[in-house]
Amino acid sequence: MLSLLVWLPIAGAVAVALLPRTVSKTAGLGVALATLVVGVVVAASYDADGGRQLTEEHEWIEAFGVHYALGVDGLGLLLVLLTVLLVPLVLGAEWFKADAEGSAGARSFVAWTLALEGLSLAVFCATDVFLFYVVFEATLIPAYFLVGGFGRAGRGAAALKFLMFQLAGGLILLAAVIGLYVVSAQQGEPSYLLADLERLDIGTEAGRWLFFGFFIAFAIKAPLFPLHTWLADTTEKATPGTGVLLVCILDKIGTFGMMRFCLGIFPEASQWATPLVITLALISVVYGAFVAIGQDDIFRLIGLTSLSHFGLITLGVFTMTSQGGTGAILYMVNHGLGTAALFLVAGYLYDRSGTASIREMRGVEKVAPVLAGLLLVAGLATLGLPGLSPFVSEFLVFVAAFDYGWWVGAIAVTAVVLSAIYVLWMYQRTMTGPTPPEVEGTSDLGVREIAAVAPLMVALVFFGFYPAPLLDVSNPMVGDLMHQVGVEDDAPTVVHAEHEGEGAH
Amino acid sequence: MEFVKPELEYAELLPLLIVLGGACVGVALEAFLPRGTRRLPQIGLSLVTVVAALVATVLVGLDLDEHTGADGAEGRGLVGAMGSVVVDGPTVYLWGLLLVFALGGIALFAEQRLEGGVSAFTGQAAALPGTESEREASTRGLEHTEVYPLLLFAVGGMLLFPASGDLLTMFVALEILSLPLYLLCGLARRRRLLSQEAAMKYFLLGAFASGFFLYGAALVYGYAGSVSFAGINEAVRAGSANHGLLLGGIGLLAVGLLFKVGAAPFQAWTPDVYQGAPTAVTAFMAAGTKVAAFGALLRLLYVAFGGERWSWQPMLWVIAIASMVLGAVLAIVQNDVKRMLAYSSVAHTGFILVGVLGVQGAGELAQGQYTSLEGVLFYLTTYGFAMIGAFAIVTLVRDAGGEATAYERWAGLGRTSPLVAGAFAFFLLSMAGIPLTAGFIGKWAVFTSALSAGAWPVVLVAIACSILAITFYVRHIRLMFFTEPSADGAGVVTRSSLLTSGTIAVCLVATLVMGVVPGPVLDLVTRTGDFIR
Repeated sequence: MLSLLVWLPIAGAVAVALLPRTVSKTAGLGVALATLVVGVVVAASYDADGGRQLTEEHEWIEAFGVHYALGVDGLGLLLVLLTVLLVPLVLGAEWFKADAEGSAGARSFVAWTLALEGLSLAVFCATDVFLFYVVFEATLIPAYFLVGGFGRAGRGAAALKFLMFQLAGGLILLAAVIGLYVVSAQQGEPSYLLADLERLDIGTEAGRWLFFGFFIAFAIKAPLFPLHTWLADTTEKATPGTGVLLVCILDKIGTFGMMRFCLGIFPEASQWATPLVITLALISVVYGAFVAIGQDDIFRLIGLTSLSHFGLITLGVFTMTSQGGTGAILYMVNHGLGTAALFLVAGYLYDRSGTASIREMRGVEKVAPVLAGLLLVAGLATLGLPGLSPFVSEFLVFVAAFDYGWWVGAIAVTAVVLSAIYVLWMYQRTMTGPTPPEVEGTSDLGVREIAAVAPLMVALVFFGFYPAPLLDVSNPMVGDLMHQVGVEDDAPTVVHAEHEGEGAH
Repeated sequence: MEFVKPELEYAELLPLLIVLGGACVGVALEAFLPRGTRRLPQIGLSLVTVVAALVATVLVGLDLDEHTGADGAEGRGLVGAMGSVVVDGPTVYLWGLLLVFALGGIALFAEQRLEGGVSAFTGQAAALPGTESEREASTRGLEHTEVYPLLLFAVGGMLLFPASGDLLTMFVALEILSLPLYLLCGLARRRRLLSQEAAMKYFLLGAFASGFFLYGAALVYGYAGSVSFAGINEAVRAGSANHGLLLGGIGLLAVGLLFKVGAAPFQAWTPDVYQGAPTAVTAFMAAGTKVAAFGALLRLLYVAFGGERWSWQPMLWVIAIASMVLGAVLAIVQNDVKRMLAYSSVAHTGFILVGVLGVQGAGELAQGQYTSLEGVLFYLTTYGFAMIGAFAIVTLVRDAGGEATAYERWAGLGRTSPLVAGAFAFFLLSMAGIPLTAGFIGKWAVFTSALSAGAWPVVLVAIACSILAITFYVRHIRLMFFTEPSADGAGVVTRSSLLTSGTIAVCLVATLVMGVVPGPVLDLVTRTGDFIR
C-alpha cells in the first residue's frame, strides 16, 4: 500500500517526462489526484492507534544492514495526507504559469513536481534510516530543478544557494548516519531499521555528537536561525507553487525528522540539548517575525513568517510534553494548509499586479474582492485567529512553552502580536486604500484559481472548529514518543493547561 | 645458485597471458598489414583479446574456491608463477573491472564519427605540429593504429600490477602499464603541443616516481632480505633491526604508488595530463590506472606492511586530507571541464585513501560488517564508471576547434541537448555522492570503514571536502541548465556512433543500478574475500 503511494507519483513523473507535451498537465494532475485517492485509502485503513502501521520490509543492501522499510505512524500519516492534498492544488494553481516564457516548460514542471511528491512521501514513510537519508537527499534534485527552472530572474543563483545549504546539511547528516552504523555494528549485526536503532544503547558522548549531526541537518531543512538564510531568497525567486512545495512539504521534513529521529533515537541527547534548541527556536520565532515585518517582497515575507512558525514547531517538539508534541504535529499540518493558501493567493496577486513589491500595490480590495477576501483569511490563519485551525496548534504550543518555563512562554507569545503586525500591515498596504487607475482593470479570481485554494480554506475552517480527527491521529504517536523519550506525562487530553512543572524534566 | 625451472599455472594466469599475447599479435599486425587496412583487424583483435581475457577471468574466479591460501588461512586463491603473481579474490575482481574498463577504452579509441571519419589520434606522431608533413598526414587521413596494441600492453600492466606478489614484479608491472600510457598521451589529433607537453610531463614525473619506487624496494630488501610480500610480512612481524630502513622503504614505495594514483602532493601531473591527452585516453587512464594502482597500493600496504599498520596509517591520514582539500579547492577555480574532472579525481583519490586507511584487524570488525578492502573495491568500481562516462561525454561536446572543454562553451547545453547534459549531470551527481547514484554508496562505504577504524577526523574533513566538491559539480549543472549560451559560440553535441554512445549508456546504467540496487555488486565484492599472502 505505502509502496504504491510512493511509487505512483514517481512512475507518473517518468510517464509525464516521456509523454508528449500537450498532455503533460492533464496527465500530471491525473496522477496527483490518483495519489490523493491512494493517500485517502491509506488514511482509511489506518487505525487511530499507536505504533507504525501498514509496514513493509524487504532486504535492500544486505552488506550495510539496509532495508527497504516503510510504515506510517500518526505524524507520518498526517504529513502524507498534507502532501497528497497540496500537490494537486499546486498543479491546479500553476496551470498556466508553468508555460510562461523563459521557464523550462510545463512538462518538466509537472514531472519534477511529481518526482518531488513521490520522494517526499517516501521520506515520511521510511522506517529505515538509510532509506530515509537516501530519499531525503534525493528530494533536493527535483527541488533544485523546480527552483532553478521556474520563477523570477536570479533564480539560478537562488537555486544554487538552496542546494548548497541543503547538501551541506545532508552531508553532516551523512556523517551522523555513518556514525549510527558504527554504533550499531559495535552492538552486533549492523541494522538501519528504526525499530532496531531505537533499542540501541548509545553512549552518552557518541549520542550527543550523532544528535548534533541529525539536528543540524534538520535545522537547515526546517529552517532554524541561524541556518535560515536560504529560505527567503528561495521563496522570493521561485514560483509560488514551488514555494508551497518547499515550505509546506519539504521543510516539514526538518521538524518531522527532529521528532522521529532526534527524539526517537537520541532521547538522552535531545533532553540534554533542549536549552540550546529552545533558545534557537525562540530566536527564530522573534527574529523571523521582525524581519518579516520589514519585508517589501510579499514572497520573502511569507518565507520569513515560516521561519517564525518553524521556530514555534521546534519549540513544541522540544518542550517534550504531550501538549507540545501534539501541538507541533498539528502545527505542521496547519502551517502547511495556511501557508500554502497564503502562497497561492499571493501568487494570484502577483500574476495580476506583475510585481511582488508590497509598496507598489494598493487598493486591490475593491476591484478583486474575492482575492482580497481569500488573502485575508489565509493571513488570519497565519496569525492564529481563533476559529481557524492554526489557532489550536499555536495554543497547544504556548501551553507547552509556559509549562517549560514562564519566560519561554512569554517570549513565544510575542509571536502572536508580531504576526498580527506583519499580516495585517501587509493586507492593509496591498488591499486597502484608494484604487489607483492602473489597478482598475484587475480581474478577480477565476473558477480554477478559487478551486485550487478552496480545499485549503475549507480545511482551515473545519479543523479550526473540529480538530478532533487530527488529535486522534497524532495523540497515540506522541504518547509513544514520550514513552520512548522517557518523559512522564500522561495528560489524557490537551485541555489541561495547568500541568505545573510536569513536562519540564 | 641453482637454477630452478619455473612452474607456471597457465590456467590461472590465462587472462594475463591472453592480454599480453594479444598485444604482441597486435604489434605483428602493425608490421605486416598495409597501413590502410590495419584499423579493423586491430580493433577486432583488441576486442577479442579483452573479451577472451574477461571470460578467462570469470572462469578463474569461479574456480577460485578450489585454491586456498598458502597457509590455508582466510582468503582464497593461489600464489602462482613461483610467488610472483598472486591470483586471489581481490585480484580477480580487479581484473574483471579493468577488463571492462578496457572495453570502454577500446570503444572510445575506435570512435571515428566525431572527427568526421578519422580517429581522435594524430595522423602521424612524428610529424612536427604545424608543418607540411602534418598537414599531409591529415589530408591523407592517416591514423595511428598502434594505439590498440599500446592499449593492450597498458591493460596487461594494469592486470599484473595489483596481482604482483613481490616488489620486482610490481615494478615491472608499473613500467608495463606506464610506458604505453606516456605514449598514448602524446598522440592527440588536435592541440598537439598541449598533448605532447602532457606526455613529456607525465613521462618525466613518472620516471622520477619509478625511481622512488625502486629505491624504496631496495631499502625494504635491505630490511627484510626478501622482495616477496610474504617474506616482507614475515620480517615485519618478526621485527628485525634497522627499523629506519623499513620506514624509509615504505615511504619511498608509497611515493611511487601515490604518484600513480594522483594523490597530493604528487598530483601535479594530473590536470595537465588529463587535459592534454586525447580524451579517450584520459577516460581509460583515469579509470584504469587508478584501479590498478589502488589495487597495488592495497596489496603492498595490507599484505607486505600489514604488521606495520601503525606506521603508515598516519602518513595516509595526512595524504588523504591533503588530496581531498587540494583537489576540491583547486577544482573550484578551474574553467575547463577536463581540468575540473582532473582535480576532482585528485579529490576522489583522497576519498579512496580514506577507505584504505580504514583497515581494521579481523577481530575488530562486527559480524556482518564489510571490510575496508571491500569498501575501496566498490568505490573504485563506481568511480571508474562515472569517470569513463563523463569523459566520453566530453568527447561529444565540440565546436569548430574540436572538443569544447572551456566552461563557457557548455553554457546552455541543457536546453539544446537535454539528454547528453542530463547524463553528464548524472555522472557529476554520482561523483558528488548524491544518493541514488553509485557514488553515494561508494562514499558511504569508505567513510564507514574509516569511521569504524576510529579515523573520525579524516571523515570529518572528507565530509567538509564533499561539501566543497559539491560546489563545483552543482555549478557546472547550473551552467548547463540555467545559464544562457555565451554569445561567441557554444559547444554543440556531435552525433557519435554507437561506440561512444554505447559506452556512455553502459556507464550510465551501471552508475544508476549500483546506486539503486548495489546489493549484487556488493555481494560480489564481499565474496572476493581477503588478500592471500
